[in-house]
Amino acid sequence: MWREWIPFWHVGISPYGGDVDLLFVGLVIVSGLVLALLFSLLLYFCIRYRAGKDVDRRNHEEKSWRLEVGWTSASMLAFLGLFIWGAAVFLKIYQTPGDDLTVFVVAQQWMWKVQHAGGQAEINALHVPINRPIKLVMASQDVIHSFFIPALRLKHDVVPGRYQDIELQISRPGHYHLFCAEYCGTDHSRMLGEIVAMEPADYTTWLTEQGPSNSLAQEGEVLFRTLGCSGCHEGSQAVHAPSLAGLYGKPVPLSDGSVVTANEKYIRDSILLPRSQIAAGYQPIMPSFEGRVSEAQLLQLVAYIKSLADRGP
Amino acid sequence: MSNNYLTDGYTLRSWFFTIDHKRIAILYFASLIFLFLIGGAAATMIRIELVTPQADLVSSDTYNRLFTMHGIIMVWFFLIPSIPNTLGNFIVPLMIGARDLAFPRLNLASWYLFMLGAAITLYAIFMGGIDTGWTLYTPFSTLYSNSYVAVAAAGIFVAGFSSILTGLNFIVTIHKLRAPGLTWYKLPLFIWSLYATSIILVLATPVLAITLVLLAAERIFGVGVFDPRIGGDPLLFQHLFWFYSHPAVYIMILPGMGVVNELITCYSRKKIFGYKFVAWASLAIAAAGFLVWGHHMFVSGQSLIASLVFSFMSFVVAVPSAIKVFNWTATLHKGTLRFDAPMLYALGFIGLFTMGGLTGLFLACLAFDVYATDTYFVVAHFHYIMVGGMVTAYFGGLHYWWPKITGRMYSDYWARAAAILIFLGFNLTFFPQFILGVEGMPRRYHVYPPEFQVWNALSSGGATILAAAYLLPVFYLGYSLFFGARAPANPWGATGLEWQTSSPPPKLNFDKQPVVTSPPYDYEHAPEPQNA
Repeated sequence: MWREWIPFWHVGISPYGGDVDLLFVGLVIVSGLVLALLFSLLLYFCIRYRAGKDVDRRNHEEKSWRLEVGWTSASMLAFLGLFIWGAAVFLKIYQTPGDDLTVFVVAQQWMWKVQHAGGQAEINALHVPINRPIKLVMASQDVIHSFFIPALRLKHDVVPGRYQDIELQISRPGHYHLFCAEYCGTDHSRMLGEIVAMEPADYTTWLTEQGPSNSLAQEGEVLFRTLGCSGCHEGSQAVHAPSLAGLYGKPVPLSDGSVVTANEKYIRDSILLPRSQIAAGYQPIMPSFEGRVSEAQLLQLVAYIKSLADRGP
Repeated sequence: MSNNYLTDGYTLRSWFFTIDHKRIAILYFASLIFLFLIGGAAATMIRIELVTPQADLVSSDTYNRLFTMHGIIMVWFFLIPSIPNTLGNFIVPLMIGARDLAFPRLNLASWYLFMLGAAITLYAIFMGGIDTGWTLYTPFSTLYSNSYVAVAAAGIFVAGFSSILTGLNFIVTIHKLRAPGLTWYKLPLFIWSLYATSIILVLATPVLAITLVLLAAERIFGVGVFDPRIGGDPLLFQHLFWFYSHPAVYIMILPGMGVVNELITCYSRKKIFGYKFVAWASLAIAAAGFLVWGHHMFVSGQSLIASLVFSFMSFVVAVPSAIKVFNWTATLHKGTLRFDAPMLYALGFIGLFTMGGLTGLFLACLAFDVYATDTYFVVAHFHYIMVGGMVTAYFGGLHYWWPKITGRMYSDYWARAAAILIFLGFNLTFFPQFILGVEGMPRRYHVYPPEFQVWNALSSGGATILAAAYLLPVFYLGYSLFFGARAPANPWGATGLEWQTSSPPPKLNFDKQPVVTSPPYDYEHAPEPQNA
């Protein structure tokens, strides 16, 4: 890549880390030039035109269209360039994540709880394999938090009441800071975590060592029964509710004529606010589970429903 | 001694029930010094606490209350009223050749509202404080905070009406009370920038009031507006809050720019370069400033398209600021530059404001903002604008108009020393915070990883210099107040109607109605400075 020819440039440990750094250097250079020009002009004028110094002050201009138009359009052009550059890298950072490996993160005052698909859970730590895109699905149990890994140049707020998904990819094994960047109360500054990036083999070993009794989806299945979801959504019950087998990832026609894709957000919303999006052909009779399930349990339910994707309806 | 506004009555009643804009300006000035000291004390505690990575001075709950108190006091009870309500209140009628503002009683009422708001907010702070940050983000502020959120919100709500009334008063005054011959393009640019500020005050502050009412409704009565558990949307609060609070940033800088126009021209002995561009740039900032609020929310989960638009608009709003800086610089060209204290403050303003403005471009740049937002980079950036810019301009304006306001001269030697110390102390305090931000230190952290200590300690060291520099004027201006030489009507040889009346001005400002015939900043025909 052409960027590797730039002296002192380094790739960064996320796919866009180097781009963000390069953008920063670009901004520093542009502002450095502006400051140098401005300060040398100020200094020059202050010395040359100080009171008591005998210099030619005749014919000074009071206004000049050419200068005004000149520096206005020069600023606009430079700003437009910086805007496009920043936007291009931004869209790369927040691209829609793939669905290969999903890890769930629940933020709450004042800790990060992580749940892996295999049922492994950790607190204030996140183990990930290197060189593999990971989809993080994040939720907040209480107030707004912000998931910030400086080394990756990545940050995203975790807002209660919705899922945020972002993609995470690390190219070098190591331990990296995870900070909460949005003020969230008393121990905001102690809401730290550690990102542990591992070789894929080490990661597999780590997953096995954790030895969870049940996978996330199995936990979700238990919950699915205890909460009574299975009563309506499984088998041929008297209550008419859609089957959830084979649902995940498919388009769902709604009663208002629109079509949505059954992703994590849709499933979450359907559990908490069942009447906001009614599947076509069904009655709005499902009760809301708002306040009855925690974010962590919701993620287990989502994982379970997701695991039904391959089963036929 | 001739009769002036200061000698017109010595009773408390003659001050607290005055409807003279000059006396009301003094009332504001005294209140603001007090509030600035309270906000400054909180900042001092914060900087002492951050010298070491561990918690050593205060608990986390106290620390959170300290930075919240610092933010609320400094934004709503110092920066927003600073130049408009003290210098603006005093100078605007003088500058346009009027006897007073259009609504003198409303002016006094707005001071009482301001004091009521300040009293309520201080009550909240001293009863136990508020720990939400000045941004009051929901649902933390509505459901989770165990502090005096509703009381503080009530204080801010009341003070907001003071802002609205002041803005309204200025708009009407500038439209209706200009002296004969004083057309819009003959107005000093300080008036243009206060006019632009007033428009924002009148249009944006009601949105803050609405937002605070909704916040209180949710916190007290559980009306679901912002908390997702009861059907609200947390981001709605951010949209409403920044719809006010980003324009409020321009309330906090436009008056400073206005002051700098007066200082640069006076001490260059030259008409300002590109008058019309500078004048309209103020209004352009006021207008475009309403369309950039979403740049506070690039990482919040707002739509990517919204982020693109807000980023673009944020670059656009920087253009008129750049135009101003270039025009100030061009004004110096072929001037006859004198470096009295106000000029040093003005030059310091240009340097610090430009630094703040350029780092604002960093933050407008989407990909870098994802990294830098909510870090110390943002803290450093807005302090360069608010403190490096606005407070420096405030000090510059205060020194410039001091002889007019008090009728006394001050020690230029000490004033220049303070200006230089403020500039150095400011940079030592806040430049290290840019580096902390680039290294990834989040803001509002009571304890922090040890690798950030060096720059934090340096910043705290700089803060001691800055604090000392800010206290210096208390001594030499205090001395001047009682022992300074009597000031002539126009010590700096400045243009502008305020210099044509005596220092301090008589109760009704002018002995006879001034009539304007000359263009603005006509320094070719201005009298020589008398302190040369």
